[in-house]
Amino acid sequence: MPPDAGRAAEKVARQSYGKLIAFLAARSRDVPAAEDALSEALASALRVWPERGVPGNPEAWLLVAARRNLMQAARHRTVEANAQTTISVAFEEAEERMNAAGSAVFPDERLKLLFACTHPAIDSSVHTALMLQTVLGIEAKTIARSFVVSPEAMSQRLVRAKLKIRDAGIPFVVPPRPALPGRLAAVLSAIYAAYGLGWDGLDGENERHSLAGEAIWLGRALLAVLPDEPEAVGLLSLMLHCEARRSARRDGSGRYVPLDEQDTAAWNAIMIAEADALLRKAGSFDRFGPFQCQAAIQSVHAARRLSGTTDWQALTTLYAALVMMKPTLGARVSQAAVIGRALSAAAGLEGLDKLDPRDIASYQPYWAVRAFLLTRAGDDTAAADAYMTAIGLSDSPAVRDFLAGRLKGM
Amino acid sequence: MQYALIIREAAEDFARRDDPTYRDGWVAYSQALAQAGIMTGGAGLTGPETGTIVRRKGEDHDVQDGPYPEGKEQLGGFYLIDVPDMDTALEWATRVPISDKGSVEVRPRLQM
Repeated sequence: MPPDAGRAAEKVARQSYGKLIAFLAARSRDVPAAEDALSEALASALRVWPERGVPGNPEAWLLVAARRNLMQAARHRTVEANAQTTISVAFEEAEERMNAAGSAVFPDERLKLLFACTHPAIDSSVHTALMLQTVLGIEAKTIARSFVVSPEAMSQRLVRAKLKIRDAGIPFVVPPRPALPGRLAAVLSAIYAAYGLGWDGLDGENERHSLAGEAIWLGRALLAVLPDEPEAVGLLSLMLHCEARRSARRDGSGRYVPLDEQDTAAWNAIMIAEADALLRKAGSFDRFGPFQCQAAIQSVHAARRLSGTTDWQALTTLYAALVMMKPTLGARVSQAAVIGRALSAAAGLEGLDKLDPRDIASYQPYWAVRAFLLTRAGDDTAAADAYMTAIGLSDSPAVRDFLAGRLKGM
Repeated sequence: MQYALIIREAAEDFARRDDPTYRDGWVAYSQALAQAGIMTGGAGLTGPETGTIVRRKGEDHDVQDGPYPEGKEQLGGFYLIDVPDMDTALEWATRVPISDKGSVEVRPRLQM
Protein backbone atom coordinates (compact mmCIF):
# COMPACT_ATOMS: atom_id res chain seq x y z
CA MET A 1 0.00 0.00 0.00
CA PRO A 2 1.46 3.39 -0.93
CA PRO A 3 1.96 5.47 2.23
CA ASP A 4 -0.08 8.36 0.81
CA ALA A 5 -3.18 6.26 0.14
CA GLY A 6 -4.31 6.60 3.73
CA ARG A 7 -3.95 10.35 3.66
CA ALA A 8 -5.68 10.61 0.27
CA ALA A 9 -8.57 8.56 1.60
CA GLU A 10 -8.80 10.74 4.66
CA LYS A 11 -8.84 13.89 2.57
CA VAL A 12 -11.60 12.80 0.24
CA ALA A 13 -13.58 11.44 3.19
CA ARG A 14 -13.30 14.73 5.00
CA GLN A 15 -14.31 16.71 1.94
CA SER A 16 -17.39 14.56 1.46
CA TYR A 17 -18.36 14.54 5.10
CA GLY A 18 -20.18 17.87 5.28
CA LYS A 19 -21.88 17.38 1.94
CA LEU A 20 -23.19 13.97 2.92
CA ILE A 21 -24.30 15.03 6.41
CA ALA A 22 -26.10 17.98 4.87
CA PHE A 23 -27.80 15.74 2.35
CA LEU A 24 -28.88 13.14 4.89
CA ALA A 25 -29.84 15.54 7.67
CA ALA A 26 -31.80 17.79 5.32
CA ARG A 27 -34.11 14.83 4.80
CA SER A 28 -34.19 13.06 8.15
CA ARG A 29 -33.59 16.26 10.20
CA ASP A 30 -31.68 14.01 12.53
CA VAL A 31 -28.10 15.22 12.61
CA PRO A 32 -26.85 12.79 15.28
CA ALA A 33 -28.27 9.76 13.42
CA ALA A 34 -26.79 10.96 10.14
CA GLU A 35 -23.44 11.52 11.86
CA ASP A 36 -23.40 8.11 13.49
CA ALA A 37 -24.17 6.39 10.21
CA LEU A 38 -21.62 8.42 8.30
CA SER A 39 -18.89 8.04 10.94
CA GLU A 40 -19.19 4.30 10.67
CA ALA A 41 -19.10 4.56 6.89
CA LEU A 42 -15.98 6.75 7.11
CA ALA A 43 -14.33 4.31 9.48
CA SER A 44 -14.84 1.45 7.05
CA ALA A 45 -13.70 3.64 4.16
CA LEU A 46 -10.45 4.46 5.94
CA ARG A 47 -9.95 0.76 6.57
CA VAL A 48 -10.81 -0.43 3.08
CA TRP A 49 -9.67 2.35 0.72
CA PRO A 50 -5.95 2.31 1.47
CA GLU A 51 -5.93 -1.40 0.55
CA ARG A 52 -8.28 -1.46 -2.41
CA GLY A 53 -7.84 2.09 -3.63
CA VAL A 54 -10.16 5.06 -3.44
CA PRO A 55 -13.35 4.27 -5.40
CA GLY A 56 -14.16 6.25 -8.54
CA ASN A 57 -17.08 7.95 -6.83
CA PRO A 58 -16.16 8.11 -3.14
CA GLU A 59 -19.32 9.99 -2.22
CA ALA A 60 -21.54 7.29 -3.70
CA TRP A 61 -19.52 4.65 -1.85
CA LEU A 62 -19.92 6.51 1.44
CA LEU A 63 -23.60 7.11 0.81
CA VAL A 64 -24.26 3.41 0.25
CA ALA A 65 -22.31 2.47 3.38
CA ALA A 66 -24.06 5.16 5.44
CA ARG A 67 -27.39 3.94 4.14
CA ARG A 68 -26.73 0.44 5.40
CA ASN A 69 -25.83 1.81 8.83
CA LEU A 70 -28.78 4.16 9.01
CA MET A 71 -31.23 1.44 8.05
CA GLN A 72 -29.78 -0.85 10.67
CA ALA A 73 -30.09 1.85 13.32
CA ALA A 74 -33.63 2.68 12.26
CA ARG A 75 -34.62 -0.98 12.55
CA HIS A 76 -33.45 -0.95 16.16
CA ARG A 77 -35.54 2.08 16.95
CA THR A 78 -39.01 0.76 16.11
CA VAL A 79 -40.52 3.78 17.84
CA GLU A 80 -39.33 6.01 15.09
CA ALA A 81 -41.00 4.03 12.35
CA ASN A 82 -41.34 7.27 10.60
CA ALA A 83 -37.63 7.87 10.27
CA GLN A 84 -37.16 4.75 8.22
CA THR A 85 -39.50 5.92 5.47
CA THR A 86 -37.96 9.37 5.39
CA ILE A 87 -34.52 7.86 5.09
CA SER A 88 -35.48 5.45 2.34
CA VAL A 89 -37.02 8.27 0.36
CA ALA A 90 -33.90 10.34 0.84
CA PHE A 91 -31.68 7.56 -0.40
CA GLU A 92 -33.83 6.79 -3.38
CA GLU A 93 -33.69 10.41 -4.36
CA ALA A 94 -29.94 10.57 -3.82
CA GLU A 95 -29.30 7.49 -5.90
CA GLU A 96 -31.54 8.78 -8.62
CA ARG A 97 -29.60 12.01 -8.78
CA MET A 98 -26.28 10.21 -8.81
CA ASN A 99 -27.35 7.88 -11.58
CA ALA A 100 -28.93 10.63 -13.66
CA ALA A 101 -27.05 10.97 -16.92
CA GLY A 102 -24.41 13.66 -17.00
CA SER A 103 -24.52 14.57 -13.32
CA ALA A 104 -21.29 13.31 -11.88
CA VAL A 105 -21.56 15.88 -9.12
CA PHE A 106 -23.20 15.09 -5.84
CA PRO A 107 -25.68 17.83 -4.88
CA ASP A 108 -24.13 20.14 -2.30
CA GLU A 109 -26.62 21.18 0.31
CA ARG A 110 -24.29 22.47 2.93
CA LEU A 111 -25.93 25.89 2.85
CA LYS A 112 -29.21 24.46 4.12
CA LEU A 113 -27.37 22.80 6.95
CA LEU A 114 -25.52 26.02 7.63
CA PHE A 115 -28.80 27.88 8.07
CA ALA A 116 -30.05 25.12 10.38
CA CYS A 117 -26.87 25.34 12.49
CA THR A 118 -27.27 29.09 12.93
CA HIS A 119 -31.01 29.01 13.57
CA PRO A 120 -32.15 31.56 16.20
CA ALA A 121 -33.56 28.70 18.28
CA ILE A 122 -30.03 27.39 18.77
CA ASP A 123 -27.91 29.14 21.37
CA SER A 124 -25.81 31.62 19.45
CA SER A 125 -22.64 30.63 21.30
CA VAL A 126 -22.62 27.26 19.53
CA HIS A 127 -23.48 28.46 16.02
CA THR A 128 -19.91 28.50 14.78
CA ALA A 129 -18.87 25.32 16.55
CA LEU A 130 -21.88 23.47 15.21
CA MET A 131 -21.17 24.68 11.71
CA LEU A 132 -17.52 23.66 11.95
CA GLN A 133 -18.45 20.17 13.03
CA THR A 134 -21.43 19.36 10.87
CA VAL A 135 -20.77 21.39 7.74
CA LEU A 136 -16.99 21.16 7.59
CA GLY A 137 -16.48 17.89 9.43
CA ILE A 138 -13.97 19.21 11.98
CA GLU A 139 -13.59 17.04 15.07
CA ALA A 140 -15.11 18.21 18.39
CA LYS A 141 -11.68 17.91 20.02
CA THR A 142 -10.14 20.32 17.52
CA ILE A 143 -13.04 22.72 17.84
CA ALA A 144 -12.73 22.69 21.63
CA ARG A 145 -9.06 23.55 21.26
CA SER A 146 -9.71 26.53 19.01
CA PHE A 147 -12.53 27.83 21.20
CA VAL A 148 -10.39 27.18 24.27
CA VAL A 149 -12.99 25.18 26.13
CA SER A 150 -12.70 21.70 27.58
CA PRO A 151 -13.42 18.90 25.09
CA GLU A 152 -16.30 17.51 27.20
CA ALA A 153 -17.95 20.89 27.52
CA MET A 154 -17.77 21.36 23.74
CA SER A 155 -19.13 17.89 23.00
CA GLN A 156 -22.01 18.42 25.41
CA ARG A 157 -22.96 21.73 23.82
CA LEU A 158 -22.84 20.25 20.34
CA VAL A 159 -24.90 17.21 21.31
CA ARG A 160 -27.52 19.41 22.95
CA ALA A 161 -27.76 21.62 19.86
CA LYS A 162 -28.12 18.67 17.51
CA LEU A 163 -30.87 17.12 19.60
CA LYS A 164 -32.66 20.43 19.55
CA ILE A 165 -32.45 20.57 15.76
CA ARG A 166 -34.06 17.15 15.62
CA ASP A 167 -36.62 17.51 18.40
CA ALA A 168 -37.71 21.06 17.71
CA GLY A 169 -38.08 20.40 14.00
CA ILE A 170 -35.70 23.11 12.88
CA PRO A 171 -36.01 23.33 9.09
CA PHE A 172 -33.18 22.69 6.65
CA VAL A 173 -33.82 25.45 4.17
CA VAL A 174 -32.32 28.67 2.95
CA PRO A 175 -35.03 30.94 4.43
CA PRO A 176 -37.38 32.83 2.12
CA ARG A 177 -36.50 36.44 1.43
CA PRO A 178 -38.62 38.17 4.13
CA ALA A 179 -37.02 36.08 6.89
CA LEU A 180 -33.57 36.33 5.39
CA PRO A 181 -32.01 39.52 6.77
CA GLY A 182 -32.23 38.38 10.41
CA ARG A 183 -31.04 34.87 9.64
CA LEU A 184 -28.30 35.86 7.26
CA ALA A 185 -26.39 37.82 9.92
CA ALA A 186 -25.81 34.67 11.99
CA VAL A 187 -24.69 32.68 8.95
CA LEU A 188 -22.28 35.39 7.87
CA SER A 189 -20.78 35.67 11.36
CA ALA A 190 -20.36 31.91 11.57
CA ILE A 191 -18.55 31.79 8.22
CA TYR A 192 -16.34 34.70 9.22
CA ALA A 193 -15.62 33.06 12.58
CA ALA A 194 -14.61 29.89 10.74
CA TYR A 195 -12.32 31.98 8.57
CA GLY A 196 -10.85 33.57 11.69
CA LEU A 197 -10.14 30.17 13.19
CA GLY A 198 -8.50 29.14 9.96
CA TRP A 199 -6.41 32.27 10.31
CA ASP A 200 -4.93 31.59 13.70
CA GLY A 201 -6.91 29.09 15.70
CA LEU A 202 -5.72 25.66 14.70
CA ASP A 203 -2.43 23.87 14.79
CA GLY A 204 -0.66 22.91 11.61
CA GLU A 205 -0.36 25.09 8.55
CA ASN A 206 -2.25 22.71 6.24
CA GLU A 207 -5.23 22.26 8.51
CA ARG A 208 -5.33 26.00 9.00
CA HIS A 209 -5.15 26.77 5.34
CA SER A 210 -7.90 24.34 4.44
CA LEU A 211 -10.28 25.76 7.06
CA ALA A 212 -9.83 29.31 5.77
CA GLY A 213 -10.27 27.93 2.26
CA GLU A 214 -13.48 26.16 3.25
CA ALA A 215 -14.83 29.37 4.77
CA ILE A 216 -14.14 31.21 1.52
CA TRP A 217 -15.77 28.35 -0.35
CA LEU A 218 -18.89 28.72 1.84
CA GLY A 219 -18.88 32.46 1.22
CA ARG A 220 -18.83 31.83 -2.52
CA ALA A 221 -21.57 29.20 -2.28
CA LEU A 222 -23.72 31.61 -0.29
CA LEU A 223 -23.18 34.25 -2.91
CA ALA A 224 -24.23 31.88 -5.67
CA VAL A 225 -27.58 31.39 -3.91
CA LEU A 226 -28.00 35.00 -2.77
CA PRO A 227 -26.25 37.16 -5.36
CA ASP A 228 -28.11 40.29 -4.29
CA GLU A 229 -27.21 40.35 -0.60
CA PRO A 230 -24.65 43.15 -0.18
CA GLU A 231 -23.43 41.85 3.18
CA ALA A 232 -22.75 38.39 1.72
CA VAL A 233 -20.75 40.11 -1.02
CA GLY A 234 -19.01 42.22 1.62
CA LEU A 235 -18.02 39.17 3.66
CA LEU A 236 -16.43 37.45 0.68
CA SER A 237 -14.58 40.65 -0.18
CA LEU A 238 -13.33 40.90 3.41
CA MET A 239 -12.10 37.30 3.50
CA LEU A 240 -10.34 37.63 0.14
CA HIS A 241 -8.59 40.79 1.28
CA CYS A 242 -7.26 39.03 4.38
CA GLU A 243 -6.36 35.91 2.40
CA ALA A 244 -4.43 38.00 -0.12
CA ARG A 245 -1.99 38.99 2.63
CA ARG A 246 -1.53 35.54 4.12
CA SER A 247 2.04 34.97 3.02
CA ALA A 248 3.17 38.44 4.09
CA ARG A 249 2.13 38.00 7.72
CA ARG A 250 5.35 36.21 8.64
CA ASP A 251 8.85 36.94 7.44
CA GLY A 252 11.35 34.39 6.17
CA SER A 253 12.18 33.23 9.69
CA GLY A 254 8.56 32.95 10.83
CA ARG A 255 8.48 36.26 12.69
CA TYR A 256 5.23 38.22 12.95
CA VAL A 257 5.00 41.23 10.62
CA PRO A 258 2.36 43.89 11.43
CA LEU A 259 0.10 45.01 8.61
CA ASP A 260 1.69 48.40 8.00
CA GLU A 261 5.18 46.88 7.76
CA GLN A 262 4.24 44.05 5.37
CA ASP A 263 5.93 43.86 2.00
CA THR A 264 3.13 44.71 -0.42
CA ALA A 265 4.88 42.81 -3.20
CA ALA A 266 4.06 39.62 -1.29
CA TRP A 267 0.33 40.35 -1.41
CA ASN A 268 -1.80 38.46 -3.90
CA ALA A 269 -2.78 41.10 -6.46
CA ILE A 270 -5.38 38.95 -8.22
CA MET A 271 -7.21 38.25 -4.98
CA ILE A 272 -7.14 41.93 -4.04
CA ALA A 273 -8.59 42.85 -7.43
CA GLU A 274 -11.43 40.38 -6.96
CA ALA A 275 -12.05 41.64 -3.42
CA ASP A 276 -12.22 45.24 -4.63
CA ALA A 277 -14.56 44.35 -7.49
CA LEU A 278 -16.86 42.61 -5.01
CA LEU A 279 -16.79 45.62 -2.73
CA ARG A 280 -17.83 47.90 -5.61
CA LYS A 281 -20.62 45.48 -6.47
CA ALA A 282 -21.83 45.46 -2.84
CA GLY A 283 -21.79 49.24 -2.83
CA SER A 284 -24.12 49.39 -5.81
CA PHE A 285 -26.96 47.96 -3.69
CA ASP A 286 -26.94 50.99 -1.46
CA ARG A 287 -27.37 48.95 1.73
CA PHE A 288 -24.21 49.44 3.77
CA GLY A 289 -23.42 46.98 6.58
CA PRO A 290 -20.60 45.95 8.94
CA PHE A 291 -19.03 43.37 6.62
CA GLN A 292 -18.88 45.82 3.73
CA CYS A 293 -17.41 48.36 6.12
CA GLN A 294 -14.71 45.94 7.27
CA ALA A 295 -14.00 45.01 3.66
CA ALA A 296 -13.68 48.72 2.85
CA ILE A 297 -11.18 49.09 5.71
CA GLN A 298 -9.12 46.24 4.28
CA SER A 299 -9.38 47.81 0.86
CA VAL A 300 -7.87 51.05 2.19
CA HIS A 301 -4.96 49.05 3.63
CA ALA A 302 -4.60 47.19 0.33
CA ALA A 303 -4.34 50.50 -1.55
CA ARG A 304 -0.89 50.99 0.02
CA ARG A 305 0.29 48.49 -2.59
CA LEU A 306 -0.22 51.16 -5.27
CA SER A 307 0.13 54.46 -3.42
CA GLY A 308 2.86 53.50 -0.97
CA THR A 309 1.03 55.19 1.89
CA THR A 310 -1.91 54.41 4.16
CA ASP A 311 -4.83 56.79 4.12
CA TRP A 312 -5.39 57.09 7.89
CA GLN A 313 -8.12 59.72 7.44
CA ALA A 314 -10.22 57.35 5.33
CA LEU A 315 -9.71 54.66 7.96
CA THR A 316 -10.90 57.05 10.71
CA THR A 317 -14.14 57.63 8.83
CA LEU A 318 -14.69 53.94 8.17
CA TYR A 319 -14.00 52.96 11.77
CA ALA A 320 -16.45 55.61 12.98
CA ALA A 321 -19.08 53.98 10.76
CA LEU A 322 -18.16 50.48 11.91
CA VAL A 323 -18.31 51.39 15.60
CA MET A 324 -21.68 53.01 15.06
CA MET A 325 -23.04 49.82 13.46
CA LYS A 326 -21.23 47.29 15.61
CA PRO A 327 -19.47 48.67 18.69
CA THR A 328 -17.46 45.54 19.47
CA LEU A 329 -14.41 45.76 21.69
CA GLY A 330 -12.14 44.86 18.77
CA ALA A 331 -13.59 47.57 16.55
CA ARG A 332 -13.25 50.20 19.27
CA VAL A 333 -9.64 49.31 20.02
CA SER A 334 -8.78 49.41 16.31
CA GLN A 335 -10.57 52.72 16.02
CA ALA A 336 -8.40 54.15 18.79
CA ALA A 337 -5.28 52.86 17.03
CA VAL A 338 -6.32 54.50 13.77
CA ILE A 339 -7.20 57.80 15.47
CA GLY A 340 -3.80 57.63 17.16
CA ARG A 341 -2.19 57.58 13.71
CA ALA A 342 -4.53 60.03 11.94
CA LEU A 343 -4.87 62.65 14.67
CA SER A 344 -2.56 62.28 17.64
CA ALA A 345 -1.46 59.64 20.11
CA ALA A 346 -3.30 61.55 22.84
CA ALA A 347 -6.59 61.40 20.92
CA GLY A 348 -6.14 57.65 20.45
CA LEU A 349 -5.40 57.14 24.15
CA GLU A 350 -8.49 59.15 25.00
CA GLY A 351 -10.54 56.64 23.01
CA LEU A 352 -8.92 53.74 24.88
CA ASP A 353 -9.63 55.35 28.26
CA LYS A 354 -13.35 55.28 27.51
CA LEU A 355 -13.42 51.48 27.46
CA ASP A 356 -14.73 49.54 30.44
CA PRO A 357 -11.81 48.32 32.60
CA ARG A 358 -13.51 44.95 33.04
CA ASP A 359 -13.62 44.38 29.28
CA ILE A 360 -10.00 45.19 28.65
CA ALA A 361 -8.44 43.43 31.66
CA SER A 362 -7.45 40.41 29.58
CA TYR A 363 -7.88 41.77 26.04
CA GLN A 364 -4.44 41.60 24.49
CA PRO A 365 -4.96 43.98 21.52
CA TYR A 366 -5.99 46.76 23.90
CA TRP A 367 -2.66 46.56 25.73
CA ALA A 368 -0.64 46.31 22.53
CA VAL A 369 -2.34 49.41 21.07
CA ARG A 370 -2.04 51.24 24.37
CA ALA A 371 1.68 50.47 24.55
CA PHE A 372 2.18 51.67 20.97
CA LEU A 373 0.31 54.95 21.56
CA LEU A 374 2.04 55.60 24.89
CA THR A 375 5.41 55.19 23.17
CA ARG A 376 4.37 57.75 20.56
CA ALA A 377 3.17 60.08 23.32
CA GLY A 378 6.61 59.79 24.95
CA ASP A 379 5.46 58.11 28.16
CA ASP A 380 8.06 55.34 28.14
CA THR A 381 7.45 54.05 31.67
CA ALA A 382 3.72 53.51 31.16
CA ALA A 383 4.41 52.13 27.67
CA ALA A 384 6.84 49.53 29.00
CA ASP A 385 4.26 48.48 31.56
CA ALA A 386 1.56 48.14 28.90
CA TYR A 387 3.95 46.16 26.66
CA MET A 388 4.59 43.73 29.52
CA THR A 389 0.87 43.16 30.03
CA ALA A 390 0.34 42.73 26.28
CA ILE A 391 3.17 40.18 26.11
CA GLY A 392 1.75 38.33 29.09
CA LEU A 393 -1.67 38.15 27.46
CA SER A 394 -0.41 36.89 24.07
CA ASP A 395 -1.08 33.28 23.24
CA SER A 396 1.12 33.32 20.15
CA PRO A 397 4.90 33.02 20.51
CA ALA A 398 5.36 35.00 17.27
CA VAL A 399 3.33 37.94 18.57
CA ARG A 400 5.09 37.67 21.93
CA ASP A 401 8.49 37.94 20.26
CA PHE A 402 7.33 40.85 18.14
CA LEU A 403 6.10 42.82 21.16
CA ALA A 404 9.23 41.96 23.14
CA GLY A 405 11.23 43.39 20.24
CA ARG A 406 9.22 46.61 20.33
CA LEU A 407 9.71 46.85 24.09
CA LYS A 408 13.45 46.40 23.72
CA GLY A 409 13.62 48.92 20.89
CA MET A 410 11.98 51.69 22.91
CA MET B 1 -13.16 28.73 41.41
CA GLN B 2 -9.50 28.11 41.87
CA TYR B 3 -7.41 26.28 39.32
CA ALA B 4 -3.79 25.28 39.31
CA LEU B 5 -1.88 25.81 36.09
CA ILE B 6 0.82 23.20 36.40
CA ILE B 7 3.76 23.99 34.18
CA ARG B 8 6.03 21.28 32.85
CA GLU B 9 9.13 22.31 31.01
CA ALA B 10 11.52 20.38 28.81
CA ALA B 11 15.25 20.16 29.58
CA GLU B 12 15.88 22.75 26.82
CA ASP B 13 13.49 25.15 28.54
CA PHE B 14 15.23 24.81 31.88
CA ALA B 15 18.49 25.56 30.07
CA ARG B 16 16.94 28.73 28.58
CA ARG B 17 15.94 30.21 31.92
CA ASP B 18 18.84 32.66 31.86
CA ASP B 19 17.92 33.76 28.35
CA PRO B 20 16.18 37.14 28.80
CA THR B 21 13.66 36.49 25.98
CA TYR B 22 12.44 33.38 27.73
CA ARG B 23 12.56 34.84 31.22
CA ASP B 24 10.78 38.07 30.27
CA GLY B 25 7.89 36.07 28.81
CA TRP B 26 7.26 34.63 32.28
CA VAL B 27 7.59 38.00 33.98
CA ALA B 28 5.08 39.45 31.49
CA TYR B 29 2.67 36.56 31.99
CA SER B 30 2.79 36.93 35.78
CA GLN B 31 2.21 40.65 35.41
CA ALA B 32 -0.81 40.03 33.17
CA LEU B 33 -2.26 37.64 35.77
CA ALA B 34 -1.72 40.20 38.53
CA GLN B 35 -3.16 42.99 36.41
CA ALA B 36 -6.29 40.92 35.73
CA GLY B 37 -6.60 40.40 39.48
CA ILE B 38 -6.92 36.62 39.33
CA MET B 39 -3.59 35.36 40.68
CA THR B 40 -3.93 33.83 44.11
CA GLY B 41 -0.62 32.04 44.38
CA GLY B 42 2.07 30.06 42.69
CA ALA B 43 5.77 29.51 42.53
CA GLY B 44 8.49 28.88 40.04
CA LEU B 45 10.80 26.01 40.92
CA THR B 46 14.51 25.62 40.35
CA GLY B 47 15.67 22.95 37.92
CA PRO B 48 15.10 19.25 38.51
CA GLU B 49 18.81 18.64 39.20
CA THR B 50 18.35 20.47 42.51
CA GLY B 51 15.63 18.07 43.65
CA THR B 52 15.96 15.38 46.27
CA ILE B 53 13.40 12.65 46.68
CA VAL B 54 12.26 11.25 50.02
CA ARG B 55 10.28 8.03 50.10
CA ARG B 56 8.75 6.12 52.94
CA LYS B 57 10.37 2.68 53.33
CA GLY B 58 8.45 0.88 56.03
CA GLU B 59 9.52 2.50 59.30
CA ASP B 60 12.37 4.22 57.61
CA HIS B 61 12.94 6.87 55.00
CA ASP B 62 14.91 6.57 51.84
CA VAL B 63 16.53 9.79 50.68
CA GLN B 64 17.86 9.92 47.15
CA ASP B 65 19.33 12.39 44.77
CA GLY B 66 16.66 13.28 42.21
CA PRO B 67 15.24 13.53 39.74
CA TYR B 68 14.47 10.44 37.76
CA PRO B 69 15.01 11.01 34.07
CA GLU B 70 11.73 9.32 33.21
CA GLY B 71 9.76 12.08 31.54
CA LYS B 72 10.65 14.46 28.76
CA GLU B 73 9.11 17.22 30.86
CA GLN B 74 9.70 18.17 34.48
CA LEU B 75 7.69 20.28 36.87
CA GLY B 76 8.85 23.87 36.47
CA GLY B 77 6.34 25.64 38.66
CA PHE B 78 2.68 26.42 39.06
CA TYR B 79 0.18 29.24 39.23
CA LEU B 80 -2.96 29.24 41.31
CA ILE B 81 -5.64 31.40 39.71
CA ASP B 82 -9.18 32.31 40.69
CA VAL B 83 -11.49 32.49 37.66
CA PRO B 84 -15.21 31.83 37.09
CA ASP B 85 -14.89 28.57 35.17
CA MET B 86 -12.75 25.98 33.43
CA ASP B 87 -13.03 27.69 30.07
CA THR B 88 -11.53 30.89 31.46
CA ALA B 89 -8.77 28.87 33.11
CA LEU B 90 -8.03 27.18 29.76
CA GLU B 91 -7.88 30.58 28.09
CA TRP B 92 -5.22 31.68 30.55
CA ALA B 93 -3.39 28.39 30.06
CA THR B 94 -2.99 29.14 26.35
CA ARG B 95 -1.05 32.28 27.25
CA VAL B 96 1.56 30.54 29.39
CA PRO B 97 4.83 31.18 27.54
CA ILE B 98 6.03 27.58 27.39
CA SER B 99 7.80 26.24 24.34
CA ASP B 100 6.24 23.54 22.19
CA LYS B 101 8.24 20.99 24.17
CA GLY B 102 6.53 21.79 27.46
CA SER B 103 2.95 21.58 28.67
CA VAL B 104 0.44 23.18 30.99
CA GLU B 105 -2.02 21.11 32.95
CA VAL B 106 -5.14 22.82 34.26
CA ARG B 107 -6.62 21.29 37.41
CA PRO B 108 -9.40 22.49 39.67
CA ARG B 109 -8.39 22.94 43.27
CA LEU B 110 -9.82 20.33 45.64
CA GLN B 111 -12.78 21.82 47.51
CA MET B 112 -12.44 21.28 51.26
